[in-house]
Amino acid sequence: MSNSENVLELKNVDKSFGPIDVLHNISLSVKAGEVLCLLGDNGAGKSTLIKTMAGVHAPTRGEILMDGKPISFNGPKTAQEAGIACVHQFGGTFPLMSIARSFFAGVEPTKGWGPFKVFDREKANEIAVREVRNFGITRIEDGDRLVGGLSGGERQSLAIARAVYFGARVLILDEPTAALGVKQSAHVLRIVNEAKRRGLAVIFITHQVMHAMAVGDHFAVLIRGSIAADFRKGERSREEIADLMAGGESMVDLEASIDGEAATV
Amino acid sequence: MAHTETTSSEPSSPKSASSQFSLGELIRSPAMGAFVGMVIVFAIFAMFGFSRNFLSIAGFANWMNFASTVGIIAIPVAFLMIAGELDISTGAVLPASAMMLGISVNHYDFPMWLGIIMTLTMAASVGLVNGLLVTRTQVPSFIVTLATLFAVGGLTLALSDFLINNTNVSLQSPDWAKALFGTRYFGFRSAVYWWIGLIVIFWFFLHKSPWGNWVFAVGGDSESARNAGIPVNKLKIWLFVLCSVCTALAGMCQVIQFNSAQSATFFNMIFFTIIASVVGGVLLNGGFGSVAGVVFGTMTLGIVQQGINYTDIDRNLSLLIIGVMLLIAVLMNGTFQSLATSWSSSKKED
Ligand SMILES: Nc1ncnc2c1ncn2[C@@H]1O[C@H](COP(=O)(O)OP(=O)(O)OP(=O)(O)O)[C@@H](O)[C@H]1O
Ligand SMILES: [Mg+2]
Repeated sequence: MSNSENVLELKNVDKSFGPIDVLHNISLSVKAGEVLCLLGDNGAGKSTLIKTMAGVHAPTRGEILMDGKPISFNGPKTAQEAGIACVHQFGGTFPLMSIARSFFAGVEPTKGWGPFKVFDREKANEIAVREVRNFGITRIEDGDRLVGGLSGGERQSLAIARAVYFGARVLILDEPTAALGVKQSAHVLRIVNEAKRRGLAVIFITHQVMHAMAVGDHFAVLIRGSIAADFRKGERSREEIADLMAGGESMVDLEASIDGEAATV
Repeated sequence: MAHTETTSSEPSSPKSASSQFSLGELIRSPAMGAFVGMVIVFAIFAMFGFSRNFLSIAGFANWMNFASTVGIIAIPVAFLMIAGELDISTGAVLPASAMMLGISVNHYDFPMWLGIIMTLTMAASVGLVNGLLVTRTQVPSFIVTLATLFAVGGLTLALSDFLINNTNVSLQSPDWAKALFGTRYFGFRSAVYWWIGLIVIFWFFLHKSPWGNWVFAVGGDSESARNAGIPVNKLKIWLFVLCSVCTALAGMCQVIQFNSAQSATFFNMIFFTIIASVVGGVLLNGGFGSVAGVVFGTMTLGIVQQGINYTDIDRNLSLLIIGVMLLIAVLMNGTFQSLATSWSSSKKED
């Protein structure tokens, strides 16, 4: 399966909201079993870029290819059906719903017939617990537990397990580790690796160089809506990546300016 | 796959949870607090009202009759609350429906069945307007339905004045309509039986059918719900329509029962339905609640509001009791929720 075909590819994509140009001429691709780290400063356009991939926004110009064939999404639902799953910062789960119910939100398994179809709780619980445990979260053993009782990392994992179960081929994670501590982040990174091992193409947004270096195979840096750098693992040093993530400014200069301001106060 | 779980002992099997399952289910049920509250209120009123036949069938029917009107509306109001929205236009849709049925049948000699269909259609279109405005604009549903509350309320007054030169209308209903909507069986109004029927249907809808899951998901996090492929806007629009249609049903039951209707906006209905929902354990900002809880909340409201007539307690104190109850409910709801979230079948938490 380790073919070099691009699962998802963007060709010269532009995106503007009315007069505001956010993305310029983006060309990017991601393969199965590969983690693409999308880096960039606040407002660089990372979220806009992934929303364009996930069918939330339609590109203003340019095209999106899946398995080499041009494709257009008329909403997040169609992107999902094509196998593109998006997990947001807080995991996109419902705190006051049970694990099983939120796992199956929108695609509830039912039993019975006609108007008397009922939500199949046993089946939902069994599958949800099994899938989440397969991702290494053995602490979850009861599908009736409410999602709100899980830690941030577990919620992310639940969301990822859900996406994988429903046949995602491209997994998009928008700052999944932003709100997490060191241990929880490690947990999520491990799950990213597990998704990659299972052959998914993962697009991972982060502001933390460490997290990017830990899982990334391929890095793309966005600066003001354009790709400023696109390189593979090992081609740049940590310092270079950090500088690129800071929007092209050197970290040394940034640190100097922080020190300078501190001195003038 | 190595993992550094802190649970000391590996869980034996997920099945081990089943022995504690019923307890967990109970604690997690949003209806739990509402049930306890109702039992306490009932016990107190039974004590104070014993000598005045609070416990008789007539006493029971008295507050159940009141509760039925509120209850028919409160469940769809609670659905909207669970879905993260609010509908306060019910206070105007109720008299508008009653007046519309009265005027069309009594004044314009429309057949009863046609009047009923027209009234339901009118209510559905108010719900549709609410739903469309809420989903198409970013205006909070409180404001949207506040606007329709006044618009529909004003229109009802103006139209009845214009059409029949009176703000009240009387209505003589055919026997079948009386039997269906406006008579008493064993002391209980027809509306009570409608309420019971709707409770069963709504319970099935919210807790058993897959759509119920959507309602919770939409209220829990509408963005995620949308991403999960749930038709958020469509669902909300339908819930607004459902709410108005149920309100119309309650209004029609009233006008057929009492043979007359008034066009003044019934502001109290807004408060009654919200109180019943909140006392019933529905979370004001959405994502949590149950049909059973709302039913208990409505019954509690009925006991306090009507049952007080069967006791020596000063009638005016019912408002105070309701206020205190609401406050306790809101405070308790938080507790029940954190109990529910932290509850787990595996007792070993780190
Ligand atoms: N719907 C929109 N309409 C107009 N401008 C938008 C819209 N969405 C995003 N933008 C603009 O596009 C730019 C990029 O935003 P985006 O959210 O993609 O940045 P980001 O790289 O994800 O930033 P962060 O790291 O803070 O999440 C911002 O300047 C933002 O104001
Ligand atoms: Mg962003």
